[in-house]
Amino acid sequence: MKNKWIKRICLLLLGVLSVSIISGCSDDRPTLNIYNWGDYIDPEVLNIFEEEYNVRVVYDTFATNEDLYVKIKQGGSSYDVIFPSDYMIERMIREDLIQKIDTTKIANINNVDEKFMNLDYDPNNQYSIPYMWGTVGIIYNKNLVNRPLTKWADLWDEEFSGEIIMLNSQRDTLAVALKKLHYSMNTRNINELEEAKNELIKQRPLVYAYQGDEIKDSIISEEAAIGVVWSGDAVAMMRENPNLVYVLPEEGTNLWFDAMVIPKDAQNVELAHKFIDFMLRPDIAAKNAEYIGYSSPIPKAIELLSDELKNNKVAYPDFSELENTEIFKDPSDLLKEYDRIWTEIFSSM
Amino acid sequence: MKLSKHGYFYLIWMAIFIAIPLFMVAYLAFTSGDSQSISLANFSLENFKRFFTPMYLEVLKKSIQLAFISTIICFLLGYPVAYIISKAKLKNRNILILLFVIPMWMNFLLRTYAWLTLLGKNGIINLLITKLGFQPLDLLYNDTAVLLGMVYNFLPFMVLPIFSVLTKMDNSLIEASWDLGANKLKTFLKVIFPLSLPGVLSGVTMVFIPAVSTFVISSLLGGNKTYLIGNLIEQQFRYTGDWHFGSAMSIILMVFILISMALTSKFDKDKEGDVSGLW
Repeated sequence: MKNKWIKRICLLLLGVLSVSIISGCSDDRPTLNIYNWGDYIDPEVLNIFEEEYNVRVVYDTFATNEDLYVKIKQGGSSYDVIFPSDYMIERMIREDLIQKIDTTKIANINNVDEKFMNLDYDPNNQYSIPYMWGTVGIIYNKNLVNRPLTKWADLWDEEFSGEIIMLNSQRDTLAVALKKLHYSMNTRNINELEEAKNELIKQRPLVYAYQGDEIKDSIISEEAAIGVVWSGDAVAMMRENPNLVYVLPEEGTNLWFDAMVIPKDAQNVELAHKFIDFMLRPDIAAKNAEYIGYSSPIPKAIELLSDELKNNKVAYPDFSELENTEIFKDPSDLLKEYDRIWTEIFSSM
Repeated sequence: MKLSKHGYFYLIWMAIFIAIPLFMVAYLAFTSGDSQSISLANFSLENFKRFFTPMYLEVLKKSIQLAFISTIICFLLGYPVAYIISKAKLKNRNILILLFVIPMWMNFLLRTYAWLTLLGKNGIINLLITKLGFQPLDLLYNDTAVLLGMVYNFLPFMVLPIFSVLTKMDNSLIEASWDLGANKLKTFLKVIFPLSLPGVLSGVTMVFIPAVSTFVISSLLGGNKTYLIGNLIEQQFRYTGDWHFGSAMSIILMVFILISMALTSKFDKDKEGDVSGLW
């Protein structure tokens, strides 16, 4: 008797469970698939979009441009909006992986600052609409470091052994070494790349770890004193730990732009346009920029930011400070060299 | 051979999820060209030639070394644990083995992440050490941390098979040994341990294989400073997009695992021969 009841209850629970799963799947609202960097959007913004347009957003994240590239090139994932950086957009255009954007459907495009339009990677903004921009620099904890850091070469100072965190990204970390040597970060000269490799091998014993997004936690919690980070992450980190300082190294650094693009095999192109337009709306762009800390290319949105962030020189530097910067170019076939160099750095004893 | 309905289902399952992927990996390994357009690929041994250069062999050597050491440590720690638990009273035994297994119900990544907070420079262990008046230690992001992660995560795979062999062991054999005048040590060395070898060997394979191919542990606890073969393979698939080279490395790793399994099973047979020779 007792057993029968347990059986019935189990069946009932099973029924409830399966009904809820099925009803979860049969959401008949249109779906928008987004593929973005980790920690790179205010989730609230996605909720607002879902409500206003009565759609469902499926949101996935990646860690590097190269991850994104492999996934898109492989096909079968059918994302509607993705967020590559400058050089990756250049490559995706060349390899015919993304489609032209119909700018007549994007009324808010006029909100974007002229400075961020028509850049080299996409000369007429036929394929990409700016999302965020920033720099790469050194962040350090002024309580744990006995002198101000000013240049990439400081990351090779033995005094800071075990305190330095580098990025676990071939391209970005090689760029640091190249800039330290005063070479272009877009160099195609193998000898220069070899020299950069030797620098990184020399530096390896001093490095605490090579990290991705975890670098934020490590620096905030003072696990390590010095890190290489993107400007927007620096803003977010400095909010959490007031002892942190962000500097643009003397040797020059990387200036980058991330943009929204629509892949060739997108399922819902119409909705993708609506989403891009939505993200350019000043109130939405401001809300988003306030949350993630990265720099918005939309002046009307910047006006809406908190004073603290608006006047933050890390997020919104004077453009005169940025003269000594370089934008990444598509390395195309050089990627194999990067890979070889990277492996050599980590297999050297 | 006639297969039941379930048998056919299993055969199809194996074909789809084991045979076909394996075939694809082998195909990619022996071809080169653009990874993304498979039809354009040509037969080539270039991937293997590329691997057998000092740089990659160094990584392979290091992976095998670390996996080997962690297997030995797992054995040295795991055997006594399995032995003690198997000798406990039936009621306690179940509780003990449950306590041992419960942590495995938690996600593997979470458990590994937990070590970050323990081993970090401002982590709990260093906090205790400094409280006691000692200098903080460098515990995280080195080979020792990677080894620790391997031992911690894979220890149950060593304990469980040994435990199961020890509990099933015929007690009358041990009693016979005592009756014949062997002391405890001799009984252990001559009877219990040889009889438990099948468990030890399956434990060894079950620890060695995941340890030699891991990339998560070396990435999280090694701070990406230590590259193991698993990291190299991951890098080819996720980052560089050279699936041919990544597949070739997977094949090479598989060959090494097969060799180690063949060695252990050969050893196993020899020993089994010995055991039956007892009779």
